[in-house]
Amino acid sequence: MNRSDAGSTGPAIVAHELTRRFGDFTAVDAISFTVQSGEVFGFLGANGAGKTTAIRMFTGLLAPTSGSASVAGFDVATESDRVRERIGYMSQRFSLYEDLTVRENIRLYGGIYGLDAATIRERSDVMLAELDFTPSVTSLVRSLPLGWKQKLAFSVALLHQPVVVFLDEPTGGVDPITRRQFWEMIYRAAARGTTVFVTTHYLDEAEYCDRLSIMVDGRLAALGTPAALKREYDVPSLDDVFVRLVRGPVADAG
Amino acid sequence: MNTTPTHRTAPSSWRTLGAFMGKEVRHLLRDRQTLLILLLLPLAQLLLFGFAVRTDIRAVRVLVVAPEPDATTSALQDRFAHSGRFELLPTTSSIDSLDVLMRRGMVDVAVVLEPGLASALRSGGTPQVLVVADGSDPNTGTTMRTYATAVVRDWQQSLGAAPASARIEPRLRMRFNPTLESVNLFVPGLIALILTMVTSLMTAISLAREKERGTFELLLVSPLRPWQIIVGKVLPYLGLAMANVITVLLAARMVFDVPMRGSAVLLLSSATLFSLVGLALGVLIAAVTSSQLAAMLAALGGTMLPNVMLSGLIFPVASMPAPMQVVSHLVPARWFIEIARGIMLKGSGLELLWPPLTILAAMLLVLLTLAIRRTSPRLA
Amino acid sequence: MTAPVVSVRGVSKRFGSTTALDAVSFEVAPGELFGIVGPDGAGKTTLFHVLTTLRVPDSGSASVLGFDVVRDLWSIRSRVGYMPGRFALYADLSVEENLGFFASVFGTTIADGLELIQPIYQQIEPFRDRKAGALSGGMKQKLALCCALVHRPELLLLDEPTTGVDAVSRREFWELLATLRESGLPIIAATPYMDEAARCDRIALMQDGRVLAIDEPAAVGTRFPRPLFAVRGKPRALLLERLRAYPHMASAYPFGETVHFSDRRADMRVEQLRQELLVTLGTDGVSDLLVERIEPGIEDVFMELMAAPTAVAA
Repeated sequence: MNRSDAGSTGPAIVAHELTRRFGDFTAVDAISFTVQSGEVFGFLGANGAGKTTAIRMFTGLLAPTSGSASVAGFDVATESDRVRERIGYMSQRFSLYEDLTVRENIRLYGGIYGLDAATIRERSDVMLAELDFTPSVTSLVRSLPLGWKQKLAFSVALLHQPVVVFLDEPTGGVDPITRRQFWEMIYRAAARGTTVFVTTHYLDEAEYCDRLSIMVDGRLAALGTPAALKREYDVPSLDDVFVRLVRGPVADAG
Repeated sequence: MNTTPTHRTAPSSWRTLGAFMGKEVRHLLRDRQTLLILLLLPLAQLLLFGFAVRTDIRAVRVLVVAPEPDATTSALQDRFAHSGRFELLPTTSSIDSLDVLMRRGMVDVAVVLEPGLASALRSGGTPQVLVVADGSDPNTGTTMRTYATAVVRDWQQSLGAAPASARIEPRLRMRFNPTLESVNLFVPGLIALILTMVTSLMTAISLAREKERGTFELLLVSPLRPWQIIVGKVLPYLGLAMANVITVLLAARMVFDVPMRGSAVLLLSSATLFSLVGLALGVLIAAVTSSQLAAMLAALGGTMLPNVMLSGLIFPVASMPAPMQVVSHLVPARWFIEIARGIMLKGSGLELLWPPLTILAAMLLVLLTLAIRRTSPRLA
Repeated sequence: MTAPVVSVRGVSKRFGSTTALDAVSFEVAPGELFGIVGPDGAGKTTLFHVLTTLRVPDSGSASVLGFDVVRDLWSIRSRVGYMPGRFALYADLSVEENLGFFASVFGTTIADGLELIQPIYQQIEPFRDRKAGALSGGMKQKLALCCALVHRPELLLLDEPTTGVDAVSRREFWELLATLRESGLPIIAATPYMDEAARCDRIALMQDGRVLAIDEPAAVGTRFPRPLFAVRGKPRALLLERLRAYPHMASAYPFGETVHFSDRRADMRVEQLRQELLVTLGTDGVSDLLVERIEPGIEDVFMELMAAPTAVAA
């Protein structure tokens, strides 16, 4: 089990003055924060604020220009392959292969993460039972309704029991009931010790997070629990906090 | 703020078309990378092939086979030795080893003199001189043969032969490869290739890109009729195709002296006809494929490949297996290459070329009808 | 009685074995801001394709601005402004070139349409020479809107105009729509965001190709068949679990910090519920319990309709 790794006893994610520049443009500007193990952390920001670049650094896909970050106890710049073994990733655009069946996808991802056939079978049986997966496992992913696709993709991302799972707008376009079922899955995963790092455009979902951060123009403009942020800005909803932060200092983002 | 227009005039078809074409031209010009490739690639191919054909003959190894060496044969040898292009190999008197030597690649050209040359000359006969070139590389073979022949003729003239009658007749033989390839034959094929690329391939991709981007949907929900969309997309590429043809022809003339024995107007008109066929094909491909990638692959496989392999550009049609010869009748480039070679190399005119031209026109009609049928003003 | 600008009667459309639209009927009055609310797969895009004459319905009929969508497609296409999903713009043309192109295709110019698009255009005007591909999501959205409006259409059709755009840009966009509406332009907008739906004059809730309900946003809430309560408590996961397990629970869904809870017993009162929950949940380890009666919103009704379409009052 990956859980017994030395790296996972400390915080799940640590960012220290993490910076990324592209030429003259600073996409991520010295962000610093810590995410504890088992936390559900919301990573918000306007489009172009630097979220995607930051996530690419955390998942070991992009090297920082300066500063540092560690995920599951391993440095993202120097030990990125160790990082990638211990994380899961799911996004709206890249989840499962549409032209493979459900079972084939599960076997594929299990195999990629080095799980043997017996483990894959065992874990996928448990997973599908928990999901109450009614469609057939031999159906192509393409034929599933969007809600099932997303829930399945999330489960598959957890198959190898990662320390941290990164979710990039996982509930876009999904119906309200499925969205909530998805968040219940997130809670269950967090209760089991998996740290969940999620970005979303639905600010009511941001309320479900233990803590969240809001990026504006590459910098971390807010960090805290939903309640604390609402109190700080004296507004009733996170939507208002977001608008206050993003609209306030930036007159016209081109 | 009143948003309802008080009177609405239907936009003029031509203005709309003009606006659409303006956009297409902008797309074309802004895609610098593709534009550069489309304009320069043909030139690059031409130059590459042309100069490969005109291989610099560094030192042709020439072997003189003289059964009776004497002063006249020495004179010939000296000419070769001093010409600067040849490397004279030690003369032999027997032709027996020639075959082996050529197979081993040790001899490029052999000049074989018949026994009794000197006495034949004195008695006023016409002795034979055989010039044999290694034709396994057909291009260099031709050139070497030409050079060697020239030297031989000079020699023969110096012996006092009357200029009108060639008393020594070099018999030319190309060993190992009976066909002749030269840049003259290649240029019409190159034009066909470029036209296919610019018309079929680019049009198909351009239309497919519009669909992929989602703007096609938007274009449909407007006064723009499908025919306007197609014509607007197609005309700028026709313009580009013509520009390419002219560039290649000029380069071929200036750099390689490729002949233009027939009417340039006829050639350009034929090129236009061929381009229109290519454009119709491109539109048809875009109508039946659903992505840029599929359109590109279909265009490459369905137009470029047959045009290269089955049109007579590289492999002569006559030497293809029978079924392929039949198929090649359906390949538009085959007819265009025939027309272009006819005009450029033989000076043929309309009276000789009307059959292939009619075939191309018929192809255009069929493809156009199909393309129009397949283009619907709706999504499904 | 003014004629509706859009009239849809029993429209159905199938793609292979998938039913995209199932006997959809509704009407849009002149000057109305009409919302079509539903998740992906609800049939919103197919509905727009039918209204913009891009697809022909298998059965039923529809008319737009008095023209039939099957017979009079060109009359409709020259009169509507359409913004398909995914910002269909030309990335390598500038803002001004994009706008100029769409204007000229409709036989007009930017100047002619300027009055209408001014409030929107002024936000992107500083970037008029920038290539559309280099704009941010929010800017692209505004440009796409301008391109749909520049020829002064009589009806505006927006297919999920705010997808993939952050909350601030979404708000700004809907404020622009409100301004347009004031000028009398009828607008039909599709959105998966329930909070945006609240800004419309009337909305149609759609799911799996069917229209579940049509009403004013405020009135939609009245369709909820039971009293609705917002319950708060810590820890949240435990609260939700216990409420779900509550014997009288009819529905329990998380809504941000609270859980929207409805009881099977009709006419349940907040005081009574509060007492009951304090006893049951309090002993289970749920602290800081707060129970309030609330007005059901669009999302509450939507979820209720998804679960039991016929049980909701028409």
